[in-house]
Amino acid sequence: MPEVTKEVLDLSAYKGVWVFLEQVGGEAAPVSWELLGVGRKLAQDLGVELGGALLGYGVEHLAQEAFAHGADIVYLMDDPILKNYRTDPYARGMINLIRKHRPEIVLMGATTLGRDLSGVVATELETGLTADCTMLEIDPEKKLLKQTRPAFGGNIMATILTKDRRPQMATVRPRVMPMPARISGRTGRLVKEELGVQEEDVLTKVLELVKEPGKAVYLDKAEIIVSGGRGLGEKANFALIEELAQALGGTVGASRAAVEAGWISADHQVGQTGTTVRPKIYFAIGISGAIQHLVGMQTSDVIVAINKDPDAAIFKVATYGIVGDLMKIVPALTREFKKRLGTTGA
Amino acid sequence: MHAVVFVKQVPDSTEVRIDPRTNTLMREGVPSIINPYDAHAVEEAVRLKERFGGKVTVISMGPPQAREVLKRSISFGADVGVLVTDRAFGGSDTLATSYILSQALRKVAEQEPVDIVLAGKQAIDGDTAQVGPGIATRMGWPQLTYVMNIISVDPDKREIVVERKLEGGKEIVKARLPVLLTVEKGINELRYATFPNLLRAARYEVTMWGKDQLAVDPGKIGLKGSPTTVGRIFPPPPREGGEKLPGGDDNPDQVAALLADLLIKRNLIADR
Ligand SMILES: Cc1cc2nc3c(=O)[nH]c(=O)nc-3n(C[C@H](O)[C@H](O)[C@H](O)COP(=O)(O)OP(=O)(O)OC[C@H]3O[C@@H](n4cnc5c(N)ncnc54)[C@H](O)[C@@H]3O)c2cc1C
Ligand SMILES: Nc1ncnc2c1ncn2[C@@H]1O[C@H](COP(=O)(O)O)[C@@H](O)[C@H]1O
Repeated sequence: MPEVTKEVLDLSAYKGVWVFLEQVGGEAAPVSWELLGVGRKLAQDLGVELGGALLGYGVEHLAQEAFAHGADIVYLMDDPILKNYRTDPYARGMINLIRKHRPEIVLMGATTLGRDLSGVVATELETGLTADCTMLEIDPEKKLLKQTRPAFGGNIMATILTKDRRPQMATVRPRVMPMPARISGRTGRLVKEELGVQEEDVLTKVLELVKEPGKAVYLDKAEIIVSGGRGLGEKANFALIEELAQALGGTVGASRAAVEAGWISADHQVGQTGTTVRPKIYFAIGISGAIQHLVGMQTSDVIVAINKDPDAAIFKVATYGIVGDLMKIVPALTREFKKRLGTTGA
Repeated sequence: MHAVVFVKQVPDSTEVRIDPRTNTLMREGVPSIINPYDAHAVEEAVRLKERFGGKVTVISMGPPQAREVLKRSISFGADVGVLVTDRAFGGSDTLATSYILSQALRKVAEQEPVDIVLAGKQAIDGDTAQVGPGIATRMGWPQLTYVMNIISVDPDKREIVVERKLEGGKEIVKARLPVLLTVEKGINELRYATFPNLLRAARYEVTMWGKDQLAVDPGKIGLKGSPTTVGRIFPPPPREGGEKLPGGDDNPDQVAALLADLLIKRNLIADR
């Protein structure tokens, strides 16, 4: 590898805000549109265009959707090699696009795919990459991207800057940014580019793609989560959580204590060592509210806590707190929601 | 088979607080641990050694006390521990870190070719998941992230097949060796250290490499080699607590009806 120290970049040569438009099998990841939403605002503040980088095979139809969600211009690489995601060809495609068109900001989803890809792209371009941002703003004077993210398990927030390299790269977790309104009929420019990678050069092959609908727990995508903790007392009582979740059409979550007791499998765990969630409604039932649990759910829109201890820490973050015995309250909730929502809970 | 594992010493993040007056991290008295994912990476490397023979080299970058995580790895069954440590490395962000670690990996590989590199899926202090891919990129080796299971390794054909976690399920992929894997916790169950390994770890002298032992470009390390800078740190805005709903134990049906009304009014669930 050549050991030359970088000369100073001409920062003004980089213009525009880009979003990597993540898709799998021609279906866009919703985080792509969420990023176009925040990207639109950044582009406005900078007075530049909002671009989307779209890589895949048979994905041109998504360009239209990108325009509808706010993109001014879409750079498309459509190639059979890009059919299934693989690090190498996707990274090379992105790097080539960025080197050619020089955006000043590139945003990607902090999904498994986005995290796999962004680290490679940033390393190859020798630029800064800030993971899991929860806030993105333009500094009005310096025109730099202010990238704010939680650190140390959510105990602190840090604002990160990439001052003298370009592009400034950041990832954002799904559901952190609001979904922008879809404006049908909104149009933009489509720019087609060649990938220029041969299959023989790709060092990985995807042998099999296994989708696991129903089996995997999509806590991070759930709109309603009903979580149970040690307060349930025993495994049989966990059924109360499942019944309420069913009545609400929600997903079951758990504290680590409930997982460790063997009442439910580890993929349901919410928190620092589990999944970070941001549903519209989060029910914390028989959960005390330890910091490790809170960091995984405290950005939920509405938090409902049920605990018999009026001083439980969970009440400090709860939008609606119910002090009482969950054995009485949860069945009442299940009955009420079944009635109001017309769910059977079968 | 020569496996190299990258392990990081991290503060037990649950204990980290911010000093409200100075806005700096209060790390004093915070216990340090081996990054949990990295412990599983070491375990997986030791399993590969048990299956194929060979050796396990563990590399960490950090201050001198990070020797502890290397000794810990030796107690899990690793053979060699290298600590990459130098004042000049302080302040490195993920780009500079992956550069320094890749130079250490090159040096290890010069002494004995490397077949598989393992890293954790992410470090719990930064959660960036960037260092593994950064190292693979600099080496020009394929990377397989979020590995849940190594299905097969064929040292003669130089191939590995693994199961990776994906957003909507999983995939089975084949890649060429040498390869870099980042692993999920579910890849294996940690074992208790054996008594002989504990003894060996207690006596083990960790190898230390500084900037002079590694071929590093001074412009690419430490603060100078780090494109990102921390502008400001601050405590997370506290979420305002809400209201306690009346009813509770005495009248569960009343509180249930009230909550349903509130959620419906906020359009969070639909009345029928
Ligand atoms: C490094 C580390 C990582 C961790 N990661 C996580 C993580 O990711 N997620 C996580 O959840 N935890 C995590 N923990 C554990 C965390 O510290 C707590 O121990 C855990 O969250 C407690 O679970 P709990 O609230 O269910 O149990 P408890 O703290 O025991 O709380 C039970 C609650 O139920 C209430 N209760 C009891 N009976 C009733 C009743 N009949 N009706 C109503 N209320 C009742 C009690 O008042 C109490 O508040 C982690 C810990 C460490 C050290
Ligand atoms: N200072 C370090 N020393 C050794 N390994 C590291 C270091 N930093 C990161 N790693 C490795 O890279 C993985 C991902 O770290 P991160 O990118 O910080 O989330 C960790 O699980 C380690 O395997």
